[in-house]
Amino acid sequence: MLEKDLMTRGRIFDIQKFSTHDGPGIRTIVFLKGCLLRCRWCCNPESQSYDIQTMLQGGKEKTIGEDVTVAEVFEKIKKDKVYYTRSGGGITLSGGETLCQAEFAEALLRTCKNYGINTAIETTLCVPFYMIEPLIPLIDTFLVDIKHMNSAKHEEFTTMKNELILQNAVEVAKRAKSFIVRVPVIPTFNDTEEEIKDIASFAKSLHGVEQMHLLPYHRLGYDKYVGLGREYKMGDITPPDKEHMNTLKKAAESTGIKVVIGG
Amino acid sequence: MKYTVETAEKTPRIDLLKKNLMAAKPQIEVERAVLLTESYMKTEGEPMVIRRAKAFQNILENIPIVIRDHELIVGSTAKNSRGCQIFPEFSCQWVEDEFETVATRSADPFEISDENKKILSGIFKYWKGRTTSELAESYMTSATRDAIAANIFTVGNYFFNGVGHVSVRYDKVLKIGYKGIIAEAEAELEKINVGDADYVTKSALLNAVIISASAAITYANRYANLALQMAEKETDATRKKELLNIALNCSRVPANGAETFWEACQSFWFVQMLLQTESNGHSISPGRFDQYMYPYYEAYKSSPEFDKSFAQELVDCVWIKLNDMNKIRDAVSAEGFAGYSMFQNLIVGGQTAEGLDATNDMSFMCIAACMHVMLPQPSFSIRVWNKTPHELLLKAAELTRTGSGLPAYYNDEVIIPALIGRGLTVEDAREYNIIGCVEPQKGGKTWGWHDAAFFNMCRVLELVFSQGEDKGKQISIRTKPVEEIKSFEEFMDVYKVHMNYMIGLLVNADNAIDVAHAERCPLPYLSGMIDGCIESGKTPEQGGAIYNFTGPQGFGVANVADSLYAIKKLVFDEKKITLAKLKETLNANYGKNEASDLVDKIRHELEAHGVKVGEKELAEIKRQLPESSTSEYSDIRDMILSVDKFGNDLEEVDALAREAAYTYTKPLQQYKNPRGGVFHAGLYPVSANVPLGAQTGATPDGRYAYTPMADGVSPSAGMDVSGPTASANSVAKLDHGIASNGTLFNMKFHPSALEGMSGLESFVSLVRGYFDQKGMHVQFNVVSRDTLRDAQLHPEKYQSLIVRVAGYSALFTTLSKSLQDDIINRTEQGGF
Repeated sequence: MLEKDLMTRGRIFDIQKFSTHDGPGIRTIVFLKGCLLRCRWCCNPESQSYDIQTMLQGGKEKTIGEDVTVAEVFEKIKKDKVYYTRSGGGITLSGGETLCQAEFAEALLRTCKNYGINTAIETTLCVPFYMIEPLIPLIDTFLVDIKHMNSAKHEEFTTMKNELILQNAVEVAKRAKSFIVRVPVIPTFNDTEEEIKDIASFAKSLHGVEQMHLLPYHRLGYDKYVGLGREYKMGDITPPDKEHMNTLKKAAESTGIKVVIGG
Repeated sequence: MKYTVETAEKTPRIDLLKKNLMAAKPQIEVERAVLLTESYMKTEGEPMVIRRAKAFQNILENIPIVIRDHELIVGSTAKNSRGCQIFPEFSCQWVEDEFETVATRSADPFEISDENKKILSGIFKYWKGRTTSELAESYMTSATRDAIAANIFTVGNYFFNGVGHVSVRYDKVLKIGYKGIIAEAEAELEKINVGDADYVTKSALLNAVIISASAAITYANRYANLALQMAEKETDATRKKELLNIALNCSRVPANGAETFWEACQSFWFVQMLLQTESNGHSISPGRFDQYMYPYYEAYKSSPEFDKSFAQELVDCVWIKLNDMNKIRDAVSAEGFAGYSMFQNLIVGGQTAEGLDATNDMSFMCIAACMHVMLPQPSFSIRVWNKTPHELLLKAAELTRTGSGLPAYYNDEVIIPALIGRGLTVEDAREYNIIGCVEPQKGGKTWGWHDAAFFNMCRVLELVFSQGEDKGKQISIRTKPVEEIKSFEEFMDVYKVHMNYMIGLLVNADNAIDVAHAERCPLPYLSGMIDGCIESGKTPEQGGAIYNFTGPQGFGVANVADSLYAIKKLVFDEKKITLAKLKETLNANYGKNEASDLVDKIRHELEAHGVKVGEKELAEIKRQLPESSTSEYSDIRDMILSVDKFGNDLEEVDALAREAAYTYTKPLQQYKNPRGGVFHAGLYPVSANVPLGAQTGATPDGRYAYTPMADGVSPSAGMDVSGPTASANSVAKLDHGIASNGTLFNMKFHPSALEGMSGLESFVSLVRGYFDQKGMHVQFNVVSRDTLRDAQLHPEKYQSLIVRVAGYSALFTTLSKSLQDDIINRTEQGGF
């Protein structure tokens, strides 16, 4: 364990234990604050700004965001080591965009690796490749969001074009131990068979990628928008039903990739 | 390999049996009480153990017998499915007192006819002054009676009932039959000399064993004859053949050793139901069914007529029978043991005496039987150790996912060393099974007196604030006014003064009852199946068993831990509140009592409508008052709630929880019982955390008066907010080994947490992880809050909804409203 890593500081907004849907086994998720994208459907709107914010939750003000050292976070992560070992689980860095705090992420990942803890990150890969490259050997599983193959539509719904993301995906996949493509299925944005199949074809073309997760849109973030005093741009859009998700799953599977609904 | 994972499908017969079983409304039947009393009247002046045997014989020779439709395994303690008998020799005053309310009470109602009321009233006159409970009470000191009256602890279970809580040598009866046991007793009689000091008592016991075992054979023969008669009249050829086979089985077992798998199942069942008929205990636990049944299954499996589906059907039929037997308790106890539960704990897996993995085909078939029958009995358990096959755990996890609350998981790696620490041999410890809820012991060798009391640790905490007074009466040592306590250490010392004093009284209460059972209700039928009794010439109650314990359980660990921590932090470390102010706040029930005008109003209203408002009803009204939100008291409560709580994997408060548990577990183990055994603690509440919580004032952890307390070693409801792993880590920090009478950790899961193969895998890992850290027991409720709420509103839609209450499963709709609320309020741990 490196002293320098332990002292590295970062900004997080939550630590969630016993997560069983973001990477293999039982995992602890560390949510890093700050994101480059502004996805309309984002269910963690409090993750987007790097600033420490106040959000109303159940009528009470809650401070979102906390500056911590790797040592402090690691102390909490370590407590569930026995469950990671038993289940083949570990930690998952999520956000926000993990890579916005690349230095903190690197220090935390290395600390975990040195302790024998399996690592994963959830990311959109929307930063320059040179920032990602040093992290690759420290990460056991990449969970990469690919939201749309059409750059203009991607920009319209997330505020960013997708070229950098796709380019990075190609490069990272070549070097990553395990790489899983995750697609949030958002009605009005990417929930047609064609759009999903396009993403699946791309995923299938990536080096060593065998799995794709379809994550159906949900409205659980709604209260948080209210709590932050922000407008919920998804309006009354309802989550895709089970039948439709299965149709999309079949469409994606036609490319030869293995598809899991939910992840 | 000794097992295959694949099991046979359920047969249509099982659904038919279940349908008939559930259609029956529980009835009180009187034949046993009549026959018992008749015999007692004739045997006045004879040795008690002989009188007991003769009464047992009179019952078995004359009680009505019945073979129900579709049954393959026969033998019923009552004419009606789920009917119960009455056992006046233990206590009977309450039965008569509750004649008019028993059919309408909220927990476990039973119907009784006017004619039967009259019969029982007549019989009960004979029993006045002759019961175990009356003798027990006369043995207790007045201080003990005061403590019981103040609800510090309750010993109602064995005070009113037989002890039960035993596993016998099922294996022995299966192997040599009662003829073999009679031969053993006769051989012992040959050996002893008329001039021996213990000749008179020993010969009496041995003769009593012979009378009882012979009575069991007679009883089975009556079934053989009945089956024959029914076969003669039967027109359906298939059923006729079944009845003839049943007749053959009953003529062979339990008199002789079993020769077929069907006979083994039938023999087991006679043993089980006759134990109940003799003694009226609950928690008569089949124990390691997969181990002692396996030889008969294995022989069947290698025979040409082997039919896997039929073997499974027989096991399923045994499961149905386990649900056919019932028992009535007094109204108060019924709330503490709600759900008509018989706590017949049956366990699979684990290790052999030599330390090898014990999993076999029967282990998997037992899990399958639970899935087929989906009823609360047996209380199904699984032993887990480092070498437990993963496939067994996955199969068990599938059963967990059904939401039946079964199985409970037990950790060999904690329990075996704990039992060795209590004097068991390594081999015996490895062969442990569970009694009732969570109590480990070696079957066939132990009179464990598990479940000997509920000891309310929060009530003792109240005594620190009242200087040992309860409602103006000095019931404990007079300690200094709480305002004068100057440090947290001193506060702990005063708490321990009251704990130690009350534990002493608890021992007095248990030992008084123990002696009363030995004197008035020795159990000769049981004696033939517990090692040590024939050799020593004593019944288990008289100390005849190899291992003897008394295991009263403490509860409220989490409440006491959180209370002590809040006091340490807010009163002594941060000095935010004085003990005087805290006392005032607790007396005001955090401001809820400000609504006392409202209480009076509701009370008058109810009384105007003819509703009797007693202390219990008053507590319920107060419990349901709205939370206070404005006063200074509620600010204090908010402050208390913001202090760290047990159940979140936080070092300081968890360490205090360990200490809190020690205030009960450590002093207790220095005491001895009249049978030469030691006291050892359990930390589990059955479902008593609800009714006993209703007798407990506000506690310094922010808990309102009269609300449920934490259950077992689980964190307080709603206080563990950091997910299931944090909750489990906290609980694992307690010393489970010292609580060798069992600990109970309840987790509630939303079904989504166990979805798919990965859900099962994660679940198994969670159990493994908790056990790696030396947790002792864990059980799961897999239901959603919404499901339970809907079940409260529409009970008719959820007749078969099973929930894990605490150490056992029950039908949700049969539970009282307050217990239902408690189950709903336990933190729901979801998958994210």
